[in-house]
Amino acid sequence: MNCRSEVLEVSVEGRQVEEAMLAVLHTVLLHRSTGKFHYKKEGTYSIGTVGTQDVDCDFIDFTYVRVSSDELDRALRKDALRNSGGDGLGQMSLEFYQKKKSRWPFSDECIPWEVWTVKVHVVALATEQERQICREKVGEKLCEKVINIVEVMNRHEYLPKMPMQSEVDNVFDTGLRDVQPYLYKISFQITDALGTSVTTTMRRLIKDTLAL
Amino acid sequence: METDINSQDRKDLDKFIKFFALKFNLAIKDIPEVTHEAKKALAGQLPAIGRSMCVEISLKTSEGDSMELEIWCLEMNEKCDKEIKISYTVYNRLSLLLKSLLAITRVTPAYRLSRKQGHEYVILYRIYFGEVQLNGLGEGFQTVRVGTVGTPMGTITLSCAYRINLAFMSTRQFERTPPIMGIIIDHFVDRPYPSSSPMHPCNYRTTGEDTGVTYPSVEDSQEVCTTSFSTSPPSQCVFTVTKAHFQTPTPVVTDTLRVPMAGLAFSHQLSSSRLSYQPAALGVGSADLAYPVVFAAGLNTTHPHQLMVPGKEGGVPLAPNQPAHGAQADQERLATYTPSDGAHCAATPSSEDTETVSNSSEGRASPHDVLETIFARKVGAFVNKPINQVTLTSLDIPFAMFAPKNLELEDADPMVNPPDSPDTESPLQGSLHSDGSSGGSSGNTHDDFVMIDFKPAFSKDDILPMDLGTFYREFQNPPQLSSLSIDIGAQSMAEDLDSLPEKLAVHEKNVREFDAFVETLQ
Repeated sequence: MNCRSEVLEVSVEGRQVEEAMLAVLHTVLLHRSTGKFHYKKEGTYSIGTVGTQDVDCDFIDFTYVRVSSDELDRALRKDALRNSGGDGLGQMSLEFYQKKKSRWPFSDECIPWEVWTVKVHVVALATEQERQICREKVGEKLCEKVINIVEVMNRHEYLPKMPMQSEVDNVFDTGLRDVQPYLYKISFQITDALGTSVTTTMRRLIKDTLAL
Repeated sequence: METDINSQDRKDLDKFIKFFALKFNLAIKDIPEVTHEAKKALAGQLPAIGRSMCVEISLKTSEGDSMELEIWCLEMNEKCDKEIKISYTVYNRLSLLLKSLLAITRVTPAYRLSRKQGHEYVILYRIYFGEVQLNGLGEGFQTVRVGTVGTPMGTITLSCAYRINLAFMSTRQFERTPPIMGIIIDHFVDRPYPSSSPMHPCNYRTTGEDTGVTYPSVEDSQEVCTTSFSTSPPSQCVFTVTKAHFQTPTPVVTDTLRVPMAGLAFSHQLSSSRLSYQPAALGVGSADLAYPVVFAAGLNTTHPHQLMVPGKEGGVPLAPNQPAHGAQADQERLATYTPSDGAHCAATPSSEDTETVSNSSEGRASPHDVLETIFARKVGAFVNKPINQVTLTSLDIPFAMFAPKNLELEDADPMVNPPDSPDTESPLQGSLHSDGSSGGSSGNTHDDFVMIDFKPAFSKDDILPMDLGTFYREFQNPPQLSSLSIDIGAQSMAEDLDSLPEKLAVHEKNVREFDAFVETLQ
């Protein structure tokens, strides 16, 4: 099974970065979260209810829907803030994975099954008028991105099977109290305009290879 | 359609589709009215092949214009997926589809409009079954396929078609342009596609938000419109007319404004800016049932009529929009006026005496055929009298074209009463005649003039002893300046001419003094 990969690109102003990224993250996680599973006897389970709420962006003319889970929101904000607001190109990856138990001494394997990559190009604007135009344009772009996300989600491609109670932690993140998203991790890659990311990637590859 | 689906799965599938149509596993707050309407529309059935469930979102302005914004369509086609598991896969996919629906609803242009709805416009919804009707979305509408879910009975598809051409809205609806003459006429627009389901407002913001205007939960959309778009304050002359009223000659008048009838009482006329004047030369006369309400008028649109003449305060007289676009019977009309040249002499009731004089002299100077016009006197409100058409040749009286030829009708007219203070008018009438005839003097004017009790705009009664209306009446017709009267002027002119040589002689005698004076100035 190959990992499904989707790439989204947005150009935003510095102060819009956090909101744009949260909008994408929340929209994806809205589709990749369920209510908490409540397992019963005889191998059956019931699914809790998930609430939703609207989030109005302050720096973008845009509103998105997120899961009504403050815990999840806090976790995502912490990740989104790691991205700097300076000029340049930033890349955020939201990876959904499954854990595969391995025998000792090997650690559990993380097998990604879906990766969302958001490339953020940060621009600096000089005048207020440009910023106002940017507000509207970025809003429209994000609307398109939401439509793209929804189209991908509804292709109904591979999704992990619903696990037994003993294996639920291999598929879902059960650490949150009110929602149960698929296991995910967020990583960032920040480069400057010159695109030195290739160098850092190569360096990392060599290091990892040597570490093994 | 033959399927291998068992009865339990079938039951589950129906349940899931019904829940999807109404409400699914997400914690979506139910709005009782919407649930009720949806259930009513479903009427115990489910979306099926050829029977799509459509939700139409439209916008309706306070002026009565409406526009479809988007149409959500839940369809089912014949493509079956027999392998799929109902209780697990279909359930999860329908749940995903509902989440996608939530996400997409915030992305369409209608969402931003719905957040700003209030006094200027409201967003309405309508649920119907059958063929989806996309014609109202304008050109170039976009379609988003939100998602599909295959089931053993068929494939469910949810799509949204939304309008992108909002140009009509941006240039007209959202600009705060006040009505030209403070006239507000509410119309109810007929839907282009008549359907059994009425429109309902979408006013369902969650608690904690400033909802602004809240609408009563009513079933009938007409009532919603009525309560949503209120008319102007009672002191203004405002009508609320439904389309039905066009068929009857008695519009609802919310003000006590009555109309003086005759043209000779021209200078008396009080009409405020709200009253509209329509010269007969414009050739009004078509039986235009789309003709909007006319103020204080015994409205009979089948006859050409002339409304009361604006008075000194009136400034620019107005006439309602001509029925060039009479097809839009439902649209609001604002009173605008484009006088034709032939009637301009009649159409300029100036508040200045000098202008009045000049106009009337113009009228007299112009060829008589210009003054020959079709004059149709308008019957005042609440008067059960037929309108008469009178043709006049030029009379040697000012404002002759407004003088009714037949005064008997006016005498019998219950609305016509002698004015309280006609004396101020006589000098005006008399002074305008070069031959000194007083053809147009008091007698006719008294008979024709109807002194009415009117309430000027924005005035408040019983607050001051001298309110705006009283002030207006008292100072409306000041006496003519003596220096402007032609007779006196003519006499003084003759005297001046006679005395001119003497004056010249005196001036010549004092030439040196004058020169010295001029030098001091330099």
